[in-house]
Amino acid sequence: MTNKIFNLIINGVGGQGVITLLILIDQVAMNEGYDVRSSELHGLSQRGGSVETHIRFGKKVNSPLIANGKADLILSLEILEGLRETEKSGKQTKFLVNDYFLPFLGSLTAEEIKKQLGLIKNETYIIPASKDCKEKLQNEIVCTLYSLGYAVAKNLIPMKKESVLKAIDQMVPEKYKELNINAFNLGYGS
Amino acid sequence: MKKILLGNEAIVRAALASGVSYVTGYPGCPSAEIGDEFGKIAKENGVYAEYATNEKTALESAIGASFSGLKVLVNMKSFGINVCSDVLLPLAYTGTKGGMVIVVADDPSCWSSAQSEQNSRMYAYLGHIPMLEPADPQECYDFTKIGFEISEKFNMPVILRTVTRCAHQRAVVEVDEPHSVETPRGDFVKNPHQYSTMPPRTLEMKKELLEKIKKIQAYAEKSKINKIVGLPKSYNLKVGIIASGVAGLHVMEALEELKLDLPVLQLGSFYPLPKEKIIKFIKPLKKVLVVEELEGYVEKEIAVLAKDANAKMEIFGKNVLPIIGELSAEKVCGALSKVVGMKFAEFKTKNLNLPKRTARLCEGCPYWYILPTIKRIAPEGTIFGGDIGCNMIGALPPHSMYDYLFCMGASIGVAHGILKAEGPERSRKVISFMGDGTFFHSGIAGMVNAVYNKSNPLMIVMDNRITAMTGHQPNPGMGKNLMGEEAPELSIEEIAKACGVKNIKVLDPINQKELEDVVKEFLEKEEISLIVCKKICALLLKKQTAEKHDQ
Repeated sequence: MTNKIFNLIINGVGGQGVITLLILIDQVAMNEGYDVRSSELHGLSQRGGSVETHIRFGKKVNSPLIANGKADLILSLEILEGLRETEKSGKQTKFLVNDYFLPFLGSLTAEEIKKQLGLIKNETYIIPASKDCKEKLQNEIVCTLYSLGYAVAKNLIPMKKESVLKAIDQMVPEKYKELNINAFNLGYGS
Repeated sequence: MKKILLGNEAIVRAALASGVSYVTGYPGCPSAEIGDEFGKIAKENGVYAEYATNEKTALESAIGASFSGLKVLVNMKSFGINVCSDVLLPLAYTGTKGGMVIVVADDPSCWSSAQSEQNSRMYAYLGHIPMLEPADPQECYDFTKIGFEISEKFNMPVILRTVTRCAHQRAVVEVDEPHSVETPRGDFVKNPHQYSTMPPRTLEMKKELLEKIKKIQAYAEKSKINKIVGLPKSYNLKVGIIASGVAGLHVMEALEELKLDLPVLQLGSFYPLPKEKIIKFIKPLKKVLVVEELEGYVEKEIAVLAKDANAKMEIFGKNVLPIIGELSAEKVCGALSKVVGMKFAEFKTKNLNLPKRTARLCEGCPYWYILPTIKRIAPEGTIFGGDIGCNMIGALPPHSMYDYLFCMGASIGVAHGILKAEGPERSRKVISFMGDGTFFHSGIAGMVNAVYNKSNPLMIVMDNRITAMTGHQPNPGMGKNLMGEEAPELSIEEIAKACGVKNIKVLDPINQKELEDVVKEFLEKEEISLIVCKKICALLLKKQTAEKHDQ
């Protein structure tokens, strides 16, 4: 892994916690000894619209943006946004999609979206991150940590569990630490 | 010490390391985190930090502090420089005393900007103001420090021009250990000869300014902000690249992708350009590719320099790269492949024709109670004017209601013009919408104009008790300032009353019947009317409730 850049796209809907997850993963990458660059969007783009962020880590990273077709993993917090990413995914791109649907006026139905997601040839995992977090932790927003836990457990991302736990300890405010660790472990063990 | 920092955070850290003691600006995306961060850390670091009412008052505030000897950081988004340009241009003539760095954040591709895809680099030419262009957080850090150095050495304001992909890029940054400074008190030493622009002195000052720029150019020639990347053997192909700001990152990526070894002159100073360095770089070349985002200003400069230095050299730039939208490694690969004559197949994306998910009002947003209601009850043919802030989401579905939308405060100004143009006999209704932040920023002037020049728009101020869109910054209507101190709470309705607006109503838009009745009543008035729809931002309410719960 050391000479290759890992390209991760995290996307979802503004307000879902995409950037919070990005900040954490940046720190994990640094803890793993990688060079890391990421790019995010704020302001208007955050207000309930599609949000796409890029993280790249490896020996030396030049640009914070991932070229079309070059993503190694797409972590989507919402199914339509996950499907949207298939428009520019490469053969090697893996998909990890939170089974959560935020409909809007004129959107497809959840059934249609999942049907289309089922048709792609890429390695795809659709996981009940929001549902499990809501039921077991009474908090949907940590579906982000759940998804990361799943990605680490299934080797979808070259990161060690200990590095993530260390980053949580470094980055997350004291009162939310337990919740974040629980969500991570829930995804890791699922 | 190595840390992962957002470009904007790196600017804050560098300003502190440079001994900044006065921070002012106006929040906008993608620059807002600078002011916001100072709001949190100013006190503990002995810094004064404020959000001014708009970018012009911010820069005026900065000038007062600089003339009093303090080191100043000013922050704003692209359009902010338009607002403060009136005071910016004479500032180049007077120069500064305490160092001053002005951060202006452009937004190529309009990720968070409505009104235009502005390339603020032109202001450097317009005002003869030095401008640095960092590419990433490390350069944000380094260039902010260099900016203060240049400013203090030459008594000139320096503009640090960032873009979204730099300001909102996170990367590992080597930073100095933070050190706190005693807040120095300013001391304004009178010097009207230098601080008053008044003919015939003005032209003398212009001469002094141009001499300073020459000296700063000599500084730029030697500075490490303009660097050549690439080994001597990379000159074999006789093709070189000149990159400006964030474009340099895409160039390095593209060279790796195409496995090309070409020399790159990475420009960190946009104005003045290191002309000697550029001439030396282009002399041995047969072809040069100038890679810069948006309009090709650097390319034009290179063309002028090449006339004398290397007239046979082919210059590529905007003939192979787009003027619209931010650049990417792929776009640079495409351009480079044309220049060196190699094949490059761009990745073919699919088109699933998926419905676009655009920005929308948040769940529980008070604007849900205002926009659809007024659209429903307004007479056929009513013209709706939108403004900047959360209210501009009203331009998108499902509301799709604005007939025009410009810049901060324009909704009321344009409304007046339409009414005067059509005349009272047409009896057309024009309703303008703006938020509380915009009212204080520049809405008041348009309102005064409508009173004074006698037109009858219905002005709706949607007062959600905060400047919400850019991330919850305080404004003069809230009773709090950036450093969290109590401040006078300015009343929108009292201001309007004092300005001569006779028909004023303040209401909670949740009372739909009342809102409907007042709108209908005010639309019949022969003078301007104002409805202040006062209801707290849903996100702010949630935050406040959570904070109370924690206590």
